Amino acid sequence: MEKKDIIMCRCEDVTLEDLHKKIDEGYETFEDLKRLLRIGMGPCQANTCGILIQKELAKYLDKKIENVKTHHSRPMIQGISLEKINKEIKK
Amino acid sequence: MKKNICIIGAGISGMSIAYHLAIQGVKDILVIDKGYFTNGATGRCGAGVRQQWQTKMNCLLAKMSMEFFEKANEILDYDDDVELKQEGYLILATTIEEENQFKKNVILQNRLGIPSKVVNRKEALEIVPHLNPDSFLSATFCKTDGHLNPFKMTEAFYKACLRLGVEFHFFEEVKDLEVNDHKVNKVITDKEIYDVSVCINAAGGYASEIGKMADIDIPVFSENHEILATEPVEPMQGPMVMSFSKNIYCQQVPHGAFLIGRSNFNALPSHDMSSSWEFLDEMSQTVCDIMPKIGKLNIVRQWGGSYNMSKDHQPIISKSIELDNFYMACGFSGHGFMLAPMTGLLISELVLGQKPVLNIETLSIKRFLNDKKINIEKSVV
Repeated sequence: MEKKDIIMCRCEDVTLEDLHKKIDEGYETFEDLKRLLRIGMGPCQANTCGILIQKELAKYLDKKIENVKTHHSRPMIQGISLEKINKEIKK
Repeated sequence: MKKNICIIGAGISGMSIAYHLAIQGVKDILVIDKGYFTNGATGRCGAGVRQQWQTKMNCLLAKMSMEFFEKANEILDYDDDVELKQEGYLILATTIEEENQFKKNVILQNRLGIPSKVVNRKEALEIVPHLNPDSFLSATFCKTDGHLNPFKMTEAFYKACLRLGVEFHFFEEVKDLEVNDHKVNKVITDKEIYDVSVCINAAGGYASEIGKMADIDIPVFSENHEILATEPVEPMQGPMVMSFSKNIYCQQVPHGAFLIGRSNFNALPSHDMSSSWEFLDEMSQTVCDIMPKIGKLNIVRQWGGSYNMSKDHQPIISKSIELDNFYMACGFSGHGFMLAPMTGLLISELVLGQKPVLNIETLSIKRFLNDKKINIEKSVV
């Protein structure tokens, strides 16, 4: 299968080809790649792509997986509408 | 190790300073950052670029920076797109005092060539139809304000700097500065000691700490400001909607998500960048009041970032009073991203001893020696 057809982050449609291109440009951490490719910024918040990208970074950079940090997790755990929060406050 | 110029901080300001020095032929520039690419305030900002300010200097810095952003892809020969979207900023007036002040602001802005205008409620609703008409009195609108991708704009500067030979050290932390004979002679990091000719403090939230390392007092402090991003949806809002009195800014970015942020008036000076439930509570109430339709969107993520505040909410772009080779670009009070091109140009002019394109006396750190000289910028969230 070609790199351009392998989806690494399905929330933001990022392929293996996109990932390798950015690593080749010198960005080597998950946090760098997150900001430039939007990996981990979608609704799943890297719950799906996190481990895939960590493994790929380790393989591509020839590092041990434990030496490749994943991203800093941020709230929310699950999406919730602003309106629902507002209704709960009013109760 | 010997280095000509050492810039502390690889956020948008540090990158722009490095670029503007390098493009003028300055060699041997090193930029040091303690974290990864855009890990500080730049990478956490609300991605807005506006020219509607209350002080003349902020208006000029923003206008001249916007002229740069409009051509940034070409000037920096960027292989991607900085995603400038000029669909305006709509700033809501919700009190009579604000209405009166905004009228004065627009006169000043127009005089300086900024195409802002006062719009009544009906006109504002034509620009953003989903506004709650009962939540504001009138507004001001500038069609050339808008959105810019902070990551890509920074990358555009970064790649141009690399081509010009600027050296970057990420994940390297400045631990101390050695001062001798009114000069910073050495920059000491956790990895290396550099002998430097010029040292530039562009450390954002840590500008005051870097100043202390050189035994100088920079009157700035850091403050946590929070923001959230919603799920992406089809385009439904062109301009940034902003209200100082209701404490909100809200814009749909080209990706489709809404970025919505506000200030916490109870925040104490600190380097805290955590997220709070109080922010979500307050924000959901404000959004549902002003733009009920946006209230239906799901929040995907929230985060905090650091505003480096100055007393008058205007930047310090200045040479040090005490040291001959120490310069600072800090205290942007949450707006360093949108002023970065001018920050870089002005600091490069100070370093090279050229006459600055703007008279920047009011941005000098000297203004704080006599507080009567300061003119507070109130158009901030």
